[in-house]
Amino acid sequence: MNYQPNARGYYGEFGGAYIPEMLYPNVEELQENYLQILGDPEFQREYQKLLRDYVGRPTPLFEAKRLSAKYGTRVFLKREDLCHTGAHKVNNTVGQILMARRLGKTRIIAETGAGQHGVATATVCALMGMECIVYMGKIDMERQRPNVERMRLLGAEVRAAVSGSQTLKDATNEAIRDWISNPVDTHYIIGSVVGPHPYPDLVARLQSVISEEMRKQLHEELGRELPDYVVACVGGGSNAAGAFYHFLDEPSVKLIAVEAAGHGISSGHSAATSVLGKPGIIHGSRTLLMQDEHGQITEPYSLSAGLDYPGIGPLHAFLGTSGRARFISIEDEQALYSVAELSRLEGIIPALETAHALAALPQLGAGPEDVVVVNLSGRGDKDLATYLQFADKLNSYDF
Amino acid sequence: MENRIANAFAKKQNHLLNVYLTAGYPTLDATVPLIETLASSGADLIEIGMPFSDPLADGPVIQASSTAALLNGMNLWVLFAQLKDIRQRVPETPILLMGYLNPVMQFGMENFCREAAAAGVDGLILPDLPLAEYEEEYQDVFRRHNLRPVFLITPQTSPERIRRIDALTESFLYLVSGPGTTGGGTTQDPTKQEAYFERIAAMNLRNPRLIGFGIGDKTSFDRACRYAEGAIIGSAFIKALEGKEDAPAAAREFVESVLN
Repeated sequence: MNYQPNARGYYGEFGGAYIPEMLYPNVEELQENYLQILGDPEFQREYQKLLRDYVGRPTPLFEAKRLSAKYGTRVFLKREDLCHTGAHKVNNTVGQILMARRLGKTRIIAETGAGQHGVATATVCALMGMECIVYMGKIDMERQRPNVERMRLLGAEVRAAVSGSQTLKDATNEAIRDWISNPVDTHYIIGSVVGPHPYPDLVARLQSVISEEMRKQLHEELGRELPDYVVACVGGGSNAAGAFYHFLDEPSVKLIAVEAAGHGISSGHSAATSVLGKPGIIHGSRTLLMQDEHGQITEPYSLSAGLDYPGIGPLHAFLGTSGRARFISIEDEQALYSVAELSRLEGIIPALETAHALAALPQLGAGPEDVVVVNLSGRGDKDLATYLQFADKLNSYDF
Repeated sequence: MENRIANAFAKKQNHLLNVYLTAGYPTLDATVPLIETLASSGADLIEIGMPFSDPLADGPVIQASSTAALLNGMNLWVLFAQLKDIRQRVPETPILLMGYLNPVMQFGMENFCREAAAAGVDGLILPDLPLAEYEEEYQDVFRRHNLRPVFLITPQTSPERIRRIDALTESFLYLVSGPGTTGGGTTQDPTKQEAYFERIAAMNLRNPRLIGFGIGDKTSFDRACRYAEGAIIGSAFIKALEGKEDAPAAAREFVESVLN
């Protein structure tokens, strides 16, 4: 099976570039240049140097012994939470801003849900001295206030998306409308493996450093490059794409994508796209999409602002429907339990998104000899307000 | 095969007015009375917007009308039911459906084209349908139902691509007046804009042209008509209906203000 997109950006029946004509020249420019730029040794030198000296890569691969003992398997954590800005998102923004400069762009726009991609974009714009505008749903701005202030401190302008549900989907709509209005000088840094071709492939490639390092680190640690399981949470799916990338063609490696079930799959308050979605078009890509019987996009729900996207990246839609990846859904409650568990057993407070991946551990069926790598995509500082709200519950668990 | 769009351009060579309305706005049942009024007050073509939850190419006015229409209960089943007898009321004026691909895909392209043709629709504007996908997957079904596609052209569209679009089109070319979503709002340098319109006019394309985006009154309509066969008004018309008890009367007044 081939897991790379074809020339028009399709992974099987998913992907493509369903965009209005106003976006065509921008997207075509990227399509025609991204592989060449990514392959340019000078670009790679600059990118790798920034990943090392600015982002702090390679991130450690840490064997979580107490967690391993509890679940009767060998659990390793890929510490993306130790990246500069606190999550894997910066791997992509560093690469895309270097690309934007090469394309002669002077103005950067981005969308953000939880604010992590917005912060990672504002950060690299400060580093490069470029104008930065981040679109964020008005409701998300209220529930992720500290990240709004971080972006402003970094010199970015945060614009509230007031259309629709005022969350990530609407922030993305507004960013796309901005790009339509500013087709010449602006580059749009999409934060996930979503959007029209080439974005899903571009972002997956920039995040693939995660699995590249995993292979090396497993080899050094265990003398084998391949784990038995790789586990990652999926909203749009950028950290999962990066964690899976170099294992896609290794059928012995089980790929586990963990979605947010919110209050439960059938509760009407969920973001489990692989279960609740049907093929459809969102933000220029044909993928699995949560929608009503009339093709209107519905509002997803998750306690975690980084997972409440009504679609998933086309790569993940393909991995799921072809059976290459197994999808697991985790409810809010289970994710909160995993927040407390990792904090108390390993001394690491994970992001709420990441906690969904950890909560899948008991469902894997992994044995004592199996090697499980969980991509620890982000740290929990940004979620402190939510954790305070659930403090009694979080402190009531026994470990 | 005969098509009302071609007839309209054969009958009149300039100052063609295409008015966009959002189906189911301002009330669910306003669609048909508005179409009738637009036709009788002088609109040369009528574009019916099929509301979508996430209209990427649209500005705030059409977004808001789409949201309102969806809340009013509009969907494709309702719309086709409303349009069932439209050709008895409006026999000649070309009617186009404009909308985003996802609701159409859920309805099924074949079903959609059959229903549209049965209602007497003449053309389709699906801005997020890629040219290649149209050619490979949908051109046959469009043709079988005598539905003419309309594609957008922007100041950034390359001459080669304009030629390709012109070759695929048998209706008119939709010239987007400048960078931005519907309703204008962006600052467009008039000199640059004129150069763009003149550049397209000089290409001697086989299809007539209508200019849209940011056209909203007699002045902008007349100006657009200096460079093309006519123009398209959407957001300004929707705005003229906002809060009006008698939507058809407001529509008539609006069209007359543009044409007279």
